[in-house]
Amino acid sequence: MIQITKKDAKIWSRMGARATYGMAITEMARQRDDFYVMSADLCQSSGLFKFREEFPDRFINSGIAEQNLIGVAAGLAKDGTCIFTSSFSPFITMRACEQVRMNMGYMRLNVKTVGLGSGLIMAQLGNSHYGIEDGSVMRAIPGITVVNPADGVEIMKTVEALCDYPHPAYLRLTGGPGLPIVYEDDIDFQIGKAIQARVGKDIAIIACGTMVYYAKQAAEILAEKGIEASVIDMHTIKPLDTAAVDAELGKKLIVTVEEATIIGGLGSAVAEHLAPKKVKPAQLMLGIKDTYPHAGTYQYLLENCRLTGPQIAEDIEAAL
Amino acid sequence: MTTNEDKIKNLKQHANSIRKRCLDLAFNCGGSAHLGGGLSLVEAMTVLYGDVMNTSNRTLPYEQMDKFILSKGHGVLGFYAALAEFGIIDKQLLMDTFMQNGSDFIAHPVMKPELGLESSSGSLGQGISMAVGMALAAKKKGYSYQTYVLCGNGESNEGSVWEACMSAINYGLDNFTLFIDNNHMQSDGHSPEVMNISNKYTGMLQALGFQVFDIDGNDMKQVYEAFKAPHESGKPKAIVGNTIKGKGVSFMENNNEWHHNRLTQDRYNEAMKELEEVL
Repeated sequence: MIQITKKDAKIWSRMGARATYGMAITEMARQRDDFYVMSADLCQSSGLFKFREEFPDRFINSGIAEQNLIGVAAGLAKDGTCIFTSSFSPFITMRACEQVRMNMGYMRLNVKTVGLGSGLIMAQLGNSHYGIEDGSVMRAIPGITVVNPADGVEIMKTVEALCDYPHPAYLRLTGGPGLPIVYEDDIDFQIGKAIQARVGKDIAIIACGTMVYYAKQAAEILAEKGIEASVIDMHTIKPLDTAAVDAELGKKLIVTVEEATIIGGLGSAVAEHLAPKKVKPAQLMLGIKDTYPHAGTYQYLLENCRLTGPQIAEDIEAAL
Repeated sequence: MTTNEDKIKNLKQHANSIRKRCLDLAFNCGGSAHLGGGLSLVEAMTVLYGDVMNTSNRTLPYEQMDKFILSKGHGVLGFYAALAEFGIIDKQLLMDTFMQNGSDFIAHPVMKPELGLESSSGSLGQGISMAVGMALAAKKKGYSYQTYVLCGNGESNEGSVWEACMSAINYGLDNFTLFIDNNHMQSDGHSPEVMNISNKYTGMLQALGFQVFDIDGNDMKQVYEAFKAPHESGKPKAIVGNTIKGKGVSFMENNNEWHHNRLTQDRYNEAMKELEEVL
């Protein structure tokens, strides 16, 4: 059990998603000895230096060889051991996509892949490093659970939950240092079970990752205009918490928002669930509109993709 | 006491039986099969399952049972036939179900460890990485099993093969053996005309730091001795077995028409006659 206090939440927010993962997995390693951790030469970038120092026997570097990273992890997982692997989100999902497909999807080996710096947080490093399609690609592979936690607390809870979760999974980490806080305290977290982050009677905003915070911001703006929005933290994109979606069927509008392409991710998962229903509200899909945005600061990118709180509120209003 | 000569003779008889089973499987399945590449690896399979690996004792616990991965997934004919020859899978079950609907035995292995199928392969270049992981697990946890993996020369065009080799050296895996079934051919023809690198694998593996054997991969004695040679401490082993695609059937040997093809009754009869006459 990882202890969670308001002070911790603030620390993790300052550290950002990647360093929080490093902290989480190191803390878990102190409590249990039934997993290994691997990296493709990105210890530094995933807060794993401490892990490597404290648990050198449980850390394996693959060097810059993501395909081999996944294959070796699979071999290590053959006796049932859980293996956490990490690299930047496009590399671990797409450079090594076939290895993920065969070893995790087809052979269902207990490998967890962690996609660092997903979404747009890699800023001036440009599109080679952005995580735009990663969640969608992973969702398309049968058997892989996809989780995109909202903030530092939820990252901690996800890592903890994954240690006990006996299936292959992709942990998509969005957001960086200064990661906005959604949860100040401990939460009742279960993989596959959405969390209601705000209650509202008019519309529903289903979000994942960093967009949970911005969805809440948008909801506050809309509230001032008399539009009450419920905000659902759909951290697990696959398997989707369809009951949580069904609970919103009475709303005037369902909005999905993700720091990812609108093709194939959370929005698509919700749309797929709604598609056969004869009576349902319209769905507004917000996210990166099938494009490679021009590089800049994270704020610049969010604005260009209309993923800030005020812009989300504007787009929702326009849709109503 | 069995001399090495007797051993080799015995293994050759098994290899012959395995080749006949390959033809039976290919003919009975009612469709095309990867005959060329399924026949070139028979000596390696025979030595591994017939002598070197401890897999005949099916009661061994996981930590002790030797492991083999067919990274060259389409080599199933020689692989399944060897598993049947040495009692790991049921001969009749294999014959009746190979390539039939709902079968455990399809054109590429599907992972089922109790049947000796350690990995689902077919997408070339991936099995060696898994074998590295398994050998590494053994090192870290004190498991006593040896890990063997077989890949093809065409397969070794894949960069992922070399990522795996690089890591085997770096992790010091002297409990790991790679066998390259180097038949110098691939789907589009002779390797020198497709991607001319098969003659360089030995040098590449040596440069990486493997303990390398460059042998005739269809010479039972050479294959046996290469597998039996003790590992040098801290080094993984690589055996580059220069083989003949379609080995054992004269009209298939070095003939790329038999990469993936269907046997007629006449061709089947012809091939079986040749194998009968060998012994």
